[in-house]
Order: sequence, then C-alpha cells, then structure tokens
Amino acid sequence: MTPPLVSRRAVLVGGAGLAGLGIGAATVGLTREPDVAPGSGTLPFYGARQSGITTPPTAHAQYIGLDLVDPADVPTLQGVLNLWTQDAARLTQAQPSLSDTEPELATLAGNLTATVGVGDRIFRAPALTRLRPSWLQPLPSFSIDRLDPRWGQTDLLLSLASDDPVVLAHATRMLTASVRRSVRVRWVQRGFRNSPGMTTGTMRNLFGQVDGTVQPASDTYDNLLWDDGAEQSWMADGTSLVLRRISMNMDTWEAIDRRGRELSMGRTLDTGAPLTGTDEFDDPVFSATRGGIPVIPASSHIARAHRRHDREQFLRRAYNYDDPPEPGSADTSNSGLLFAAYQRNPVTQYVPVQQRLADHDDLNTWTTPIGSAVYAMLPGATESRPLGASLFDAAGRGSGGAPQK
Amino acid sequence: MAIRRLLTRSLNRSAALTAAVILLLIALVACGGETSDSRDADAITVSDQWVKAADSGMTAAFATLHNSSDRDIRIVSAHTAAARTTEMHEVVDNGTGGTTMRQKDGGFVIPAKGSVNLTPGSEHFMLMELPKPITTGQNVAFTIRFEDGSTVGFQALARDFDGNQENYAPDGEHEGMGK
Ligand SMILES: [Cu+2]
Repeated sequence: MTPPLVSRRAVLVGGAGLAGLGIGAATVGLTREPDVAPGSGTLPFYGARQSGITTPPTAHAQYIGLDLVDPADVPTLQGVLNLWTQDAARLTQAQPSLSDTEPELATLAGNLTATVGVGDRIFRAPALTRLRPSWLQPLPSFSIDRLDPRWGQTDLLLSLASDDPVVLAHATRMLTASVRRSVRVRWVQRGFRNSPGMTTGTMRNLFGQVDGTVQPASDTYDNLLWDDGAEQSWMADGTSLVLRRISMNMDTWEAIDRRGRELSMGRTLDTGAPLTGTDEFDDPVFSATRGGIPVIPASSHIARAHRRHDREQFLRRAYNYDDPPEPGSADTSNSGLLFAAYQRNPVTQYVPVQQRLADHDDLNTWTTPIGSAVYAMLPGATESRPLGASLFDAAGRGSGGAPQK
Repeated sequence: MAIRRLLTRSLNRSAALTAAVILLLIALVACGGETSDSRDADAITVSDQWVKAADSGMTAAFATLHNSSDRDIRIVSAHTAAARTTEMHEVVDNGTGGTTMRQKDGGFVIPAKGSVNLTPGSEHFMLMELPKPITTGQNVAFTIRFEDGSTVGFQALARDFDGNQENYAPDGEHEGMGK
C-alpha cells in the first residue's frame, strides 16, 4: 500500500508553503519521510548538534533520569558520557553495542535517537562550577505546580526515541547496563505518539487536541534554539530542555461539552484552527469579537500562551503518556503529556510563558504539572569528540576519555 | 601506517566503516605491492575493544583483531598497567556440563586475511590481580606483542558487565572472576 507516501509528499509541500508565508508552521512533525521498509530508518548520531531535538519525532520516546552515585566524580561522569557515545553511535545505526548480550534486538533502529543532557548538580564538582550555564537551575515554583519529587531533577538525562518500543527497550537496557555501577536510574518516563504512517502533521494529545501547532520557524533555530557559546563557550551547539510532566484529568475534561472544551483551548478540536480561523496554521485574531464578546476568550490557553515578545518562543516536542491509574486513585486514567520545551535560554524564553499560564489558563482546570526538570543538552558528538568533550576541555580535562586513576 | 593508527585509536566506529577502511587498507597494500606489513604489528588492526570494569581480583578484555597480511600472526604476550599480569584465555567444556577458562597454548593466532573475535564466553585477555579497581568508563591502555617482537597499543573503555563468569583454575583451584 503506497497511499501514505503520496499524502506525505502533499503535506511536505503544504508545510513548505506555509513556512514561506511566514506563518511559522511547525517543521517538527511535517518533515517526516516514510521508511523504505518498516523500521529500517536511521538518523545520524554524530554531528555538531545532537539528533532527537529537531529531527522528526518518532512514535515512542523514553526519558530516563539518572543520578551519578558520586556527583563529584568528574572522571566517571566523563567515562559515562564516553560509553554512551560509543553505544549510541552503534545502536542508532542498527548495530549492537560492544557488550550487547541481545544483539538480535539491535538489527533495526526504527529511527532511534539518543540525546543526552546534564542537570545542575554535576556543576557542584569544583572542576565544573564555573562552567554551569546561568539558566541551569530549577524553574521558579508556579502556583499550579503539584510537583512529585518522583519526577524531579536528576544529574543526567538520556532521552531515547524510536518508532519501535522493542528497539527502545533494548537501547535503554544497553545504555543503562553498561554504566550501572556508577549511575542509578531514578525515573523513566515513557511517551508515545501515533504509530508510523498513521497520521501526518501536528500530533494530538489525549484530550484530542492538536498539540504543538505554534513552533519557532526553522530559520530561527540558530537564534532561538541552539546555544551560540556566548555565555559558556562549551555550550555552543547545545541547547536547554525543560521537561514537564503534565497530568491531564480525563474524567473531568470529558464532563465538559465540546464547545466548552474548544473555548478553553481557543482552538477547534477537529482541525486545531483558532476559533477565529479555519486552518490549523491560521494566525489567531485575539481582537475579534462577536456580540461584544471575544471569539477567543482572553483566558483561553492560546490567548495566555501567545508570545508577547519574539524571545518567548521554544521548540515543543511533546509525547503522550498513559500509565496505569495509581493504586487507590478514584481516577479512571493516569494520562498526560511529557512536555519537552527546547530553547537557548529557558529563563528568558520559557519561564515568562509558563508564568502567564500559571497566573491563568482555562486549561489549568484539567491539567496539573507533576514533574519538572531542566537540563543542559550537550553539543553533538563526533567520532573523535565524544559527548561532553567541550565541557571537559573547558575544565582542563581533555577529551580523550577518563584517564586511568 | 596512518590508517591503521586511526582504526586502532578511534573509539566509536561503525562496523560498516571498519569494513570500508579495511577494504581500503587492503586495496592500498595490494596496489602498493610493497611490504608495508612486513612487521606483524603493521598487519594487525584492533577494533571494538572493551574491558570489563572490576573492583578487584580478575577481569577480562575483549576486541576484534584483524590480520591484513597473507600469513598467520601470533600474539605472544599482552600487557596493561591495570593488572599485574595479563594472560590469553580460551573457554572450554569442563567435561561435567559446564565450561572453564584456561590459558591458550601459544597465545592467540590471527589467521592470514582473517580475524579473531575475543568475546565473553570465548577467547579473551585475562587481567590478573588488579592493583586498583577498573571503574565505569575508565580508559585502559593495552600493548600486545607479536612473535617478531613488534607491538600494537590500544585503549579500551571499561564497561559494567557481569558476563564471562567462567571458572578459572590457574593452580588447580577454582576461583570466580573477580568483581
Ligand atoms: Cu579468563
């Protein structure tokens, strides 16, 4: 069956046209080319910038938060990043890792990416203290937050994504097992989108909303997304990640009629168009009124989230989660969104928007942030420069791997 | 030869790339018609090397050794500062339904135009009496010596791994692999 191929091409053309009109159509989610054979796709691991950020989102994702057994042990941190480089370079290219005990699970990659970030605590090591990006700190607390420490900040983040959950489980196993005496897994957050080939365009969350329409245009990435090294030279070509776990209460959401749900969002549920438009990518007209009443309520999600400055933009790369209900919970579901926002500086780009949403957003009735963490996503690796090389160079440690102790 | 050094030193290399470079290497040698691999060390490339992290006692190192020459090449000894002694081991059936590791008589022989894969549960370098722990991600330097006295060095990252647990009885006594 080839029809998906045809329709994807059409979508690709449409996306380019919208971007050309300056509407800022999402490039994430629209640029996906179908695999020649199912699961055969690979994405590069080596490069100036890490894959898994602007590369097309895959069907499944796994965020793994890990802590160093000794957060002050910089040589071991370097060793872990060297091993992750070694393993990810192979697994993403559909090759077993060097110590792979289940190599049969590594024969396809399903567009596997492995993307690595570090948390603020590693910078407490004296050798790294002066190298912490100023924005790498916990977010301010928001009144809407009900943060569970279970999903809190960790020393390291391994963000894995693939179109196939078996590939993902195997990659997770390989990347965590080879470092397990020095690193502890604190949490794993699993997310998903539609299966490959099922849909095109912007994803939908489990409320049924088109989610992630507003994205910075790809020609602004060098300014808004990728670090230029101005503050910390080692961060050039890295970025930041704010990972929020947002619980979505299906039971109370479904108690609202469809019109009420659309008003709370400011978009229609069918196409995702703003209530003032007909197409998902139409610019919302917040000044439009009908009978003296704003068409898009000022308290709606898109009215509150809409940027007040050009800097208030970030790349949204969300995944749904749908876990078993907590024991004893009265809720039918335990669903939500793994909301990942990438930007050069979360303090100036993400926080103002989040503060506005915390102050008021009609959707807050049904959504609750329950996890939050911020990471410096490392610059990309090359064959001769493993992940973290620029950081350890700046710390005077060289990039050739942990020396013998 | 620069290509060989590159191959030996690079930590992260796809098998496809390795194959491509080896083919290139073979092509260069064939075209040149010169005896650039007259020394044993010049004909050997080491790839996919790693070592098993361990707190004390014994541990093991693994790699793929490729011989680009048209003669068999024998490794007579291996050395790393991370162990008091380094042996070459093979794993054999112990006659009672299990396996045991023992020193390989005469060392590893890398066949002409062929490879030896040192893997857990088969042949490996055995690191005896570690003076210090080998920790996650540590870079361990090795030197292997061939029959003609030439040597090749390589570095291997230490990985947390619990395989290669076969019994080793150097003095007729059974000991587990140290961790
Ligand atoms: Cu042994």
